[in-house]
Amino acid sequence: MNFDPRYSGRNFTSVGTRPIRPDGVDKVTGRARYGADFNMAGQLVGRVLRSPHAHATIRKIDTSKAEKLAGVKAVITAADLPDLTDGDAAMYDILDNCMARKKALYDGHAVAAVAAVDARTARQALKLIEVDYEVLPHVTDVDEAMKHSAPLINDAIFTEGLEQKPVKPSNVTKRTQYGHGDIHEGFGQADFVVERSFKTEQTHQGYIEPHACVANVSSDGTADLWVCTQGHFVYRQHCAQLLGMEASKLRVTSSEIGGGFGGKTHVWAEPVALALSRKAGRPVKLVMTRDEVFRASGPTSATSIDVRIGARKDGTITAAEATLRYSCGPYAGTWAEIGAMTAFACYKLENVRTVGYEVLVNRPKTAAYRAPSAPMAAFAVESAVDELAKEIGMDPVEFRIRNAAQEGTRSSYGPVYGPIGIGPTLEAVKNHPHMKAPLGKNQGRGMACGFWFNFGGQTCTDLNIGMDGSVSLAVGTVDVGGSRASLSLVAAEELGIPYEQIKAVVADTSSLGYNDMTDGSRGTFSSSMATISAARNAIKVLRERAAQMWDIPVDDVVWEKGHAIAKGEKYDNLAALSLKEIAAASGKTGGPIAGHSELVADGAGVSFATHICDIEVDPETGSTRVLRYTVVQDAGKAVHPTYVEGQYQGGAAQGIGWALNEEYIYGKDGRLQNPGFLDYRIPVCSDLPMIDTQILEIPNPNHPYGVRGVGETSIVPPLAAIANAVSNAAGVRMTHIPMSPPRILAAIEAERGG
Amino acid sequence: MAGVAVSTTINGDNVEFLCQPDETLLDVLRDRLGLTGAKEGCGTGDCGACSIILDDRLVCSCLVLGAEAEGRHVETIEGMAHGDRLHPLQQKFLEHAALQCGVCTPGFLMAAKDLLAKNPDPTEEEIRFGLAGNLCRCTGYDKIVRAVQDAASVMKGA
Amino acid sequence: MVEVTLWGSLGAIAGGKSKVEIEAKDIRELFRKLAEQYPGLEPYIDRGIAVAIDGTIYRDTWSKELPEGAEIFLLPRLAGG
Repeated sequence: MNFDPRYSGRNFTSVGTRPIRPDGVDKVTGRARYGADFNMAGQLVGRVLRSPHAHATIRKIDTSKAEKLAGVKAVITAADLPDLTDGDAAMYDILDNCMARKKALYDGHAVAAVAAVDARTARQALKLIEVDYEVLPHVTDVDEAMKHSAPLINDAIFTEGLEQKPVKPSNVTKRTQYGHGDIHEGFGQADFVVERSFKTEQTHQGYIEPHACVANVSSDGTADLWVCTQGHFVYRQHCAQLLGMEASKLRVTSSEIGGGFGGKTHVWAEPVALALSRKAGRPVKLVMTRDEVFRASGPTSATSIDVRIGARKDGTITAAEATLRYSCGPYAGTWAEIGAMTAFACYKLENVRTVGYEVLVNRPKTAAYRAPSAPMAAFAVESAVDELAKEIGMDPVEFRIRNAAQEGTRSSYGPVYGPIGIGPTLEAVKNHPHMKAPLGKNQGRGMACGFWFNFGGQTCTDLNIGMDGSVSLAVGTVDVGGSRASLSLVAAEELGIPYEQIKAVVADTSSLGYNDMTDGSRGTFSSSMATISAARNAIKVLRERAAQMWDIPVDDVVWEKGHAIAKGEKYDNLAALSLKEIAAASGKTGGPIAGHSELVADGAGVSFATHICDIEVDPETGSTRVLRYTVVQDAGKAVHPTYVEGQYQGGAAQGIGWALNEEYIYGKDGRLQNPGFLDYRIPVCSDLPMIDTQILEIPNPNHPYGVRGVGETSIVPPLAAIANAVSNAAGVRMTHIPMSPPRILAAIEAERGG
Repeated sequence: MAGVAVSTTINGDNVEFLCQPDETLLDVLRDRLGLTGAKEGCGTGDCGACSIILDDRLVCSCLVLGAEAEGRHVETIEGMAHGDRLHPLQQKFLEHAALQCGVCTPGFLMAAKDLLAKNPDPTEEEIRFGLAGNLCRCTGYDKIVRAVQDAASVMKGA
Repeated sequence: MVEVTLWGSLGAIAGGKSKVEIEAKDIRELFRKLAEQYPGLEPYIDRGIAVAIDGTIYRDTWSKELPEGAEIFLLPRLAGG
């Protein structure tokens, strides 16, 4: 079916309203079922044994004592998950991360697992497994890992992307470079140059729901998996490939998901649960503890970034350069590359060059975290931009407006931009009352910009019209933040019926075609496109049925406001037929009425945001308080504005935590010292003010309603906006995230002393 | 290990169960009684997702033993609505979109109910500190605070 | 004929060229001809590449037409949260 995804201006009836979400009542009454809320008859409890060492060769694992313990039904090691990845390096890394094969590569790396009749027996069994480790030297710091003297994590890794092929293995898996123009010439034209080095520490997505699943493998080779995930179809592919199953025989049902933010885009324990169930011949429930979530899932990269920016006296940036080093955990990734692509994406630059280094360290495998890699790069760049504005003597907003990218600008990562929202967000910030509010003693204001690509991808939607005229909408993108509400609004809009007449569900992998994950802010963008397409296909059938009921040619039937209307004077006597009336007759006019859509949603519009915040710093203790925070972001079109605001506020809050508190702290022994919410402190209610939002709508030309992704961009500016505010309040430039009280105090004291 | 026989009241109903001496009330509620509204986010009393009210006191049920429920009154999210009539806090959480993923929501609702029972007219600051034992990673708390403010004004008028 | 810009590491594999000219009407033909002319690119194409056409990023949608004179960039396929 031909579907035209291009934007066409229209007046909306449902889209843009704020109804109550369809899954809401279940979630306020405790009835909604998340990963750990599902049980099967005869189910066993699965538990994972994890390495206490940051880096160690596994000489031998003796499971015999554990196997003999009463109540233990299966014990597995890497031997029970043989390598079926057939040269697919990325899948091999996933397999090795699920269950260490030759070496344990980080504190928390899974080495064995048990399934037992209850949790106590399972815990006891873990203690009976004997692992003979040869402890190896480790490295957890990204800069240390790049040194020639650093312990090698994988001696088969030779840096890719160098002009000369390296002869020695390295912890740097890849070098990438982006940019255009001639930076030497550009810096030659500069009257002012700012050059700084920055560091950011590793953070975790911090979803409140730990990873949880129930796996049930039958002896006939079929299996069911209930799991909290951002992408049940992707989990099915990965699990099937790792276990040697046919994908269609593994049915994966996504539970309600208690937060993901990128952390539930990877399989961790699911292949282990399936392998346990296969061996035990019974269902296995595997739920991670919070300690395991911190030590073995997530996190984002720790980084070290150098930035140099030059500008003329008139405020025009002449050259910009950045070197970005991102930790990947012990497996190759593309995290620095994304940082290198996004670093200068907000600006119109003649001469720009970014270089990224992907660095292996003995930490958990880096996973995507909301606009992955962009916040750290933005922190470094936007800090330097602020400093440069100050040196020139320009207002930081004016300086950014002068250099902002616009339609037709060549982006720093290559392509030329279409219509974009960076300029409008800056203008909105310039005129925002927040920028003019007075500040008190020890208080500072900061602002910063952020960019994220947004994704599309494979998407599939079924829209079935019941005989009573109610509509069930089956989507394949997991609802992480209210997309069932927004997609119901889109279906209501397209069909011309009330929102309440639609029930949206997330279908399991056996009920719908393949869908990519809910990642890259794609949920509402992609599935709304498929929903519009499916609705239009259903309308075509509805028109045909109406034509049949009237016995007139279908070309004379149009669809308006939920009704079929016979067009032309000769049909004046025909009253419009409602969707309900057509549905009621469907049994006689050709059977069930439905619309389906399978498509690749492309052209997710890039998105920009500008944030403002006020911070108070206590110069005696280095402690901080967020006084006021404002988010301005382009949504393309806000389908359900309340949930768009929610995405803006949530991203800002995560960014505030990252900027001020959150970090992975490793001891000299390479063990994570704060794997719990008490010591890894995410923002609580009393840490934050209200977070004001302003939604801009610059339509995405590649979506019928102009929708862009909105989920991720809001975490990009906060690190920099807060760093700028703290720097202004404390009178010293902060270059290390998080800006915890000891770091701020040390910076203030160094400034005083120096 | 021998089980402990416990007789208690949950959401107004008399309930009897057997549990292990080291079993938490959260595990009893979830695994033995099928009341999965209380969630385990940490198991160490840091996140508040398992919040319940025990004899008019807000507690993390992961830090209470099942055996401690003997002779006491337990209130969980499952008992908050009256039949099909939602509690004003539940209604306002829906109207204000005070939840995204919703996994922290039962805990927040219990904490907010406890807060309003003790302080029917809290300031924004009192709400923020009153709910500081509950973690939410999705919303930034803005809409949660507004929902509680709105519910408080509705409940005062009722 | 379209001019295709290759990002950093891809350029090195295509004999150090950052831009190549290819006669191709759609993404499928572009990938096929790139792999023929620069065999080193094939594993990268198999792994998944995004194609930016006049600023809009497409995942590997084979049927997507390449307008004459369009600006084409090959980019890595990205991870998102």
